[in-house]
Amino acid sequence: MKLEDRNVDERRLREVALTADEYRVIVESLKRPPNDLELGMLGVLWSEHCSYKTSKALLRRLPSSGAAVLQGPGENAGAVSLGNGWAVVFKIESHNHPSAIEPYQGAATGVGGILRDVIAMGARPIALLDSLRFGPLPESRRHFDGVVAGIGGYGNCIGVPTVGGEVYFEDCYAQNPLVNAMCVGLVRANDLMRARAEGTGNKLLLVGADTGRDGIHGAAFASLELDEDSSQRRPAVQVGNPFLEKCLLEACMDLSLTDAVVAIQDLGAAGLTSSVAECAGRVPGAGAKIDVSRVPRRERGMTPYDVMLSESQERMLVVVRRGREADIERIFETWDLTSAVIGEVTNDGHLTVVDHKEQVARVPIQLLTEGAPLRRLVGLPPEPAPALDIDALPPPADIGAALLRMLASPNLCSRGPIIRRYDHMVGDATVIPPGGDAAMLRVKGTKIGIAMTTSCNARYCHLDANLGAQLAVAEAARNIIATGAQPLAITDCLNMANPDRPEVYWQLEETVSGMAQACRSLDLPIVSGNVSLYNESAGGAAIYPTPVIGMVGQIDDYDRRLQAGFKHEGDFVLLIGSSHNDLGGSEYLKVEHDMVAGRPPELDLARERAVGKLILTAARAGLIKTAHDCSDGGMLVALAECCLLGGIGMRGPALNPEPPLRIDAAFFGESPSRFIVSAPSRATPELQSLARRHHVEIALLGLTGGDALELEGQLKLTVQEMREAWEGGLGGPA
Amino acid sequence: MKFGVVVFPGTWSDRDCGWVVDQVLGAHLQYLWHKDADLKGCDCIILPGGFAYGDYLRTGAIARFAPVMESIGEFADRGGLVWGICNGFQILCESGLLPGALIRNASLEYRCEWTNLVVERADLAFTSQCDEREVLRVPISHGEGSYFADPATLSRLEQNGQVVFRYCDVEGRVRPNSNPNGSLHNIAGIVNSRGNVLGMMPHPERCAEAELGGTDGLKLFRSVMHSAAQVLTA
Repeated sequence: MKLEDRNVDERRLREVALTADEYRVIVESLKRPPNDLELGMLGVLWSEHCSYKTSKALLRRLPSSGAAVLQGPGENAGAVSLGNGWAVVFKIESHNHPSAIEPYQGAATGVGGILRDVIAMGARPIALLDSLRFGPLPESRRHFDGVVAGIGGYGNCIGVPTVGGEVYFEDCYAQNPLVNAMCVGLVRANDLMRARAEGTGNKLLLVGADTGRDGIHGAAFASLELDEDSSQRRPAVQVGNPFLEKCLLEACMDLSLTDAVVAIQDLGAAGLTSSVAECAGRVPGAGAKIDVSRVPRRERGMTPYDVMLSESQERMLVVVRRGREADIERIFETWDLTSAVIGEVTNDGHLTVVDHKEQVARVPIQLLTEGAPLRRLVGLPPEPAPALDIDALPPPADIGAALLRMLASPNLCSRGPIIRRYDHMVGDATVIPPGGDAAMLRVKGTKIGIAMTTSCNARYCHLDANLGAQLAVAEAARNIIATGAQPLAITDCLNMANPDRPEVYWQLEETVSGMAQACRSLDLPIVSGNVSLYNESAGGAAIYPTPVIGMVGQIDDYDRRLQAGFKHEGDFVLLIGSSHNDLGGSEYLKVEHDMVAGRPPELDLARERAVGKLILTAARAGLIKTAHDCSDGGMLVALAECCLLGGIGMRGPALNPEPPLRIDAAFFGESPSRFIVSAPSRATPELQSLARRHHVEIALLGLTGGDALELEGQLKLTVQEMREAWEGGLGGPA
Repeated sequence: MKFGVVVFPGTWSDRDCGWVVDQVLGAHLQYLWHKDADLKGCDCIILPGGFAYGDYLRTGAIARFAPVMESIGEFADRGGLVWGICNGFQILCESGLLPGALIRNASLEYRCEWTNLVVERADLAFTSQCDEREVLRVPISHGEGSYFADPATLSRLEQNGQVVFRYCDVEGRVRPNSNPNGSLHNIAGIVNSRGNVLGMMPHPERCAEAELGGTDGLKLFRSVMHSAAQVLTA
């Protein structure tokens, strides 16, 4: 079949980001050429962003089940039981492309979108986290300032605390910053909603903002590489209205007081088209009929195409039991929100769009949601990462000076200037504030604490995608464990460059394999996630593979929670786990030797499990007072952080590692499966014997106290000196 | 003792204030909807934090026209206790129930952090359980919390002793570097001349339980309870 026979030119296909082959599949399936509206609808739903056509086959390898899992992938967000009848709902999602073009609104609407995913599950959002990547400062300050302001602008206004996340600066993100927003919500397990359009004749209610022309083709835009023309796509970036979403949130919470609601679905990428198709697609045989003339609009002259593809923010689709529309409309009226019945659920398996009486589109639901041909790409290993000749590295001349430079490194320094711009306390639930290993929120009215974190060291992933992904999972688990909580489950955001290049596709495959292996070994299901591809610019600047791991954990009694900062003077400071010559990919190598090279630290997942178990056992037994994950920057940076966060110094003997362990690796190497803990002196013997029983190394480093970090004859820095370096690392106000 | 917590669209500290009143303090809680002029017999009205109506125009500028605000004005005129926190303080200034205005933080950035407040008036219904010059540790969370008033208003406030809280250091010293937002005279909270309408930018409802980092905020809630008990027994 020749293309020209079907009256479609390449420009028309390019506009909807479809290939000639995909077009052919559409024509064969419909047994006719699609009209413009149908082609536009299929284009957005078949975009990588919505269809996962490149990654879907790989993602099936990820474990997603577990005893506590109430909802795995495929819904608006994942859900896990906390016991006591409570469920935690969470998901992470990228908003990379919009944030590159328009940092403030891109980040703000990313937050708005992930909130709606959680709201659609019937859960009240209780916390936000953001995993961010930028090019180096000061060059990337426009991105950095705009994104931080946008996250705060949305989260602060809507009244959901921003309690965690991470930020890294690396050359590879200069053109392609990453903005991944995670939302955590809470719901009674019985009230958990699913976005399934059940029940022929039930009504489709569109609620929230009026529909405008904003964001048309946003999903398609997100599925292309950024190029010189990208700034002209600024109209594809939407503008957020957090006040409206706050009202929408409260109204949706009130919906649970009725029994009139069948389902709630967020309108995100690909707007009305995708939300109706997805909602119907989850129910075999279901279809939907929409009358675009009934959609409340923001501007005149909008075509059915504009209405169906608009990505106007702050909208939700509510499936209402037939005859109960008035009950639901009344709830939205209370919050001064527009709601309109725009269609109904059918049983013909088609999405039918009419404009008044005239049919303007009719496409099988399955073709929209499942029809995109999966892309079978071929992966080829990239050039091996530059080797590291560790013997050629000179030992550190002055350990104290090196530590100060490390603490001032933008990748390690204090996140205080960012954290204080986010409301991290609203909700009266934040029992571990941001700035440590993981944040913790309490479930009010119980003693349950929910720990949460995001984690990924993409430099490791760049050097070895498989091992890097395993390390990201392991580190996230350590962050959770450092609070005394048991890791529960994961949401992931796979940020990659252009997978059409075989070495990038290979990275994607390896990343998924590594994640799957670590998740299986640590017994952590992945219950939701997102893939963001094409994070690459014309001219070949590709991001490192960046599989961001969002993790939640649980502690049954948050009075037993642990934090990183030293608590009292006179406690024993111990290193749990063993150190090796793990300088490959380390921050030390970058800061002190200006190199990104070598292999990432070796990870033994059985050891990781053993160390985690030891920490949790010790925490429950009350043997330790504080715990801190020892990873980025190595042991000495972790020790300094314990001093800085607690405002207490530490004193110990000089550290003389036994060969073959090198002194630089002992201080700054990034061997995983290690923690710094502090323990009361009387508990130390029991802690040591517990460590022996778990076959985990334990070493005494010193005693807390004083106002300096001192290793006799080797290093002495006052907490104040360290603080000045650490707090100034982001170069003034963010 | 019945606390009324006002809910505007965009308010978010309503649930936190409600939690403290109901679960921590054990007092009677009544939410008051902005469209409803009936104050339902409440003894103390709390205007909580948030972004009422989005605060897109100017903080508090639209909220002052809500039906509930007219009743609150009359309630205040009769001597009823009105307590504006954060956005509530901004609304009280816009309504003219308190003098001055809250403008953008000097840093031009949002600030969420712990601050120290020195108590300058311990004889009010809101502060009776505090000592004069006591230092309270209470968090702020705002982008527009810099207190401003013209020189005449400011000197009148000072002369009348209407400044209730000032940002200070841990020892209670009022210093420029303990001022988180550029407020004139480090002002964190003021009261009207009659002493029954308090506005403050910091959030006492966020520090009423030890697990949230401190309990100094609870002293203010307890003060209101205590003063009500005294009125009843008098």
